[in-house]
Amino acid sequence: MKLLSKIYNGIIFAFLYAPIVVLIVYSFNDSKHRVKWGGFTLDWYKELFHNELIMEALWLTLQIAVLAAVISTIIGTMAAVGIYSMNGRLRNLMMGVNNIPMVNPEIVTGISMMLMFVAIYRATGFLRPGFLTLLLAHITFCIPYVVLQVMPKLRQMNKHMYEAALDLGCRPVPAFFKVVLPEIMPGVITGALMAFTMSLDDFVISYFNSGASAQNLSVTIYSMTKKPITPEINALSTLMFGTVLLLLIIVNIRQVRDLNKQKERR
Amino acid sequence: MNEKKIIELRDIAVSFDGEPVLKNLNLSISDGEFVTLLGPSGCGKTTTLRIIAGFITPDSGDVFFDGKRVNDLPAYKRTVNTIFQRYALFPHLNVYENVAFGMRVQKKSNQEIEETVTKMLELVNLKGFEKRSVAKLSGGQQQRVAIARALANNPRVLLLDEPLAALDLKLRKDMQTELKNIQKSLGISFIYVTHDQEEALSMSDTVVVMDNGVIQQIGTPQDIYNEPQNAFVADFIGESNILDGVMLEDYLVEFFGRKFSCLDAGFEKNEPVDVVIRPEDIDIVEPVKGHLTGLVTNVTFKGVHYDTIVDFKGFKWLIQTTDYYPEGSTIGIVLNPEDIHIMKKSAYSGMFGDYSSYSEEFDELGDAVAAAEAEEEAEE
Amino acid sequence: MKSRTAATPFALWMGIFTVVPMAIVVWFAFTDETGAFTMANIAQIWQYAGTYVDSIWMGALATVICLVLAYPVALSISRKSENMQRTMVMIVMLPMWMNFLLRTYAWMSLLENNGLINQFLRWLGVIGADASLEMINTDGAIVLGMVYNFLPFMILPLYSVMAKLDNRVIEAAQDLGSNNWQVFRRVILPLSAPGIVSGVTMVFVPAVSTFVISKLLGGSKYMMIGDVIETMFVGDGCNYNVGAALSLVLMVLMLLCMSMMRKVDNGEDELGGMMA
Repeated sequence: MKLLSKIYNGIIFAFLYAPIVVLIVYSFNDSKHRVKWGGFTLDWYKELFHNELIMEALWLTLQIAVLAAVISTIIGTMAAVGIYSMNGRLRNLMMGVNNIPMVNPEIVTGISMMLMFVAIYRATGFLRPGFLTLLLAHITFCIPYVVLQVMPKLRQMNKHMYEAALDLGCRPVPAFFKVVLPEIMPGVITGALMAFTMSLDDFVISYFNSGASAQNLSVTIYSMTKKPITPEINALSTLMFGTVLLLLIIVNIRQVRDLNKQKERR
Repeated sequence: MNEKKIIELRDIAVSFDGEPVLKNLNLSISDGEFVTLLGPSGCGKTTTLRIIAGFITPDSGDVFFDGKRVNDLPAYKRTVNTIFQRYALFPHLNVYENVAFGMRVQKKSNQEIEETVTKMLELVNLKGFEKRSVAKLSGGQQQRVAIARALANNPRVLLLDEPLAALDLKLRKDMQTELKNIQKSLGISFIYVTHDQEEALSMSDTVVVMDNGVIQQIGTPQDIYNEPQNAFVADFIGESNILDGVMLEDYLVEFFGRKFSCLDAGFEKNEPVDVVIRPEDIDIVEPVKGHLTGLVTNVTFKGVHYDTIVDFKGFKWLIQTTDYYPEGSTIGIVLNPEDIHIMKKSAYSGMFGDYSSYSEEFDELGDAVAAAEAEEEAEE
Repeated sequence: MKSRTAATPFALWMGIFTVVPMAIVVWFAFTDETGAFTMANIAQIWQYAGTYVDSIWMGALATVICLVLAYPVALSISRKSENMQRTMVMIVMLPMWMNFLLRTYAWMSLLENNGLINQFLRWLGVIGADASLEMINTDGAIVLGMVYNFLPFMILPLYSVMAKLDNRVIEAAQDLGSNNWQVFRRVILPLSAPGIVSGVTMVFVPAVSTFVISKLLGGSKYMMIGDVIETMFVGDGCNYNVGAALSLVLMVLMLLCMSMMRKVDNGEDELGGMMA
């Protein structure tokens, strides 16, 4: 039975990683054909870095991801703190609102924001589709991830710690920064990392909210799939895979450390 | 302890989710007094403490510090400090910084902080622990850091919310003595919350017994024990046999068809009363020599004494005695006037004092439930 | 903590960027280009009824396949040691966080007529040197793409719930005489129900509403509702009003399906717990 389960798991994992492995292997393929093997080369990586279109898109994507991560983390952490001290009905309402972007089909979220920006533009002439609209959209779908990471940390915290700070004469806002924030920091950071990754990777919402000048990486790749595709894409995939792998490992190590700290405290 | 009232609670009422938790509470604390709020889980003692600390605003009534109304004064401006049940130390700071926290908020000089922290750590016997991480300390050590942290702020009143509940028995007893000593040496008021009556009796100058949001009795430990005012107090503190009786006239009470002299007066002629007799006060003699005779139905060895359940015409008494009387034997008892205590009838009459359902397991069950409920209450 | 006001920026932001857009969708759905009220857009929905049905059918199919494939994996991970669990969860999560466009795109390389799989089959001799198994641009490819993309989203919630299953409950069942199959059917399966609901929730909605997968792997032969909506907003045939109506109906349909599922389960922050 155990052998059966190992084999089964192996098949599933192979299924999950097959395409990725293909991408990685062929990123080193010395041949114009996407799938015929022609020898090992790093040329595609060099081509990648010379491809202005992709590089610009990458730069834009990074900018958006960092900004979205930072802003959504601030708003999201404050939201979690506020919602945590709300009573039943209000809290349910807020959490319901928080869930909307996560529960709605992405395409609906994407077009709904697009329509709003269009409406605003038609009415006022402001907010042309571009960097700003893209950023606003990204921040919006990132916030729920932050909230969902910080809330559990707030619950785990000993409630009396904040009261103890007040009790010792600290005003509410400094007390938050001195006592609560250090405690929830693991959640805040994981939330920020998640927001960053979600933004980096986003396609659907960006697709509907980009401007001619503001296309993120995924949208750029999509527009490239219409023409003959070059293996630079494979090189790009490999690099992205490496980055995400690194990020995930970091998140994981942090979680292990955090778990151990929790255990020590009991 | 002088008579100056530093804290006064007048007509305090608080409800949570529509449920009244405190009903018309009146209480005053004197300077230098060790007051204990004692009662079962849910009686409102922690709520009272939190009102004094400033974490809860009463729905009605007033809180006075030194004669000034402080209802609207937030917690961080009040000169009281709290010891929380699970200590609530700051895990990301070491012992020194935890104790120094309040002083850093007040922007005291580094020198002053150093002096005070050292003094406080010595006071709680934690000298040399400055650099330690609080997560690695034992329960008792964490407790003492919490005390040092609160006292470093030089409060007029220290509030303690069941601080010893999480410690094991031996440590608890040691800490009780230490806390009492600290209070005496500093001369400040301690307001102590617990459901453990032994703790209350051993440490306090004044005990406030509460049940269901209402103060049942306020008095010295001796008063509370020897002169309980109603069946609840009589049962909550120590063990009591509580019977129905009639006060024929001053110093004379009748129960079980017999007249007994006692030391209480001030009741109406022929007033129905609750009669309290402590199990350890009952003398067992030969049946012929006794005021009453009964049948031993159950004997449990408790180490210090035997818990002996005796049936007197259907009513079961608990007698604590160092002599062994086997089950099934008939015994007689003698009741001296000073062992009989009379109380007015109250809403609690008839609820306590009969040992028909006595059993060791029930006792322990009761304790376990109380402990679990206490934990839950403390979680709020 | 009286710090409710900390959530004000959040409430404002989400109000403006989540709630208002929804209202605007509704507005567009019920008006025409001039802004006048009309039900014409909604009426046009009937044209696409078939597409809705197809999409829901394919989404459901993909969801069920995901569930069946994911369940044993989740179960076996949850029985492993803590360190193994963490590693395996990471292995499962990693593809999820890779750009899904690129992953889908990679399947193209595999499924194409000159793709790897066909090359492999030719090499094996299963098919002739000139022949190829028609895999890409079929609805099978779309379902495959969906299953591939969403499998981790099914594994993780299942695993998350199973990991919290107290081993002692299983031991108690065995102690009372149940064999492995009975333990599974009577104890593990019912207790993993919240995970099943979570996983289905996380897979069904994206599966039904996808448009990239159907475009890349199905060509223009198979239009799912996502594709239709996309054409309404991008390119020549665009009609915001009809597009809004289509989106509105899609949203309502998904809400209906989800609330039917909520009745089965109470789960609240399951999403958050799974995300960690």
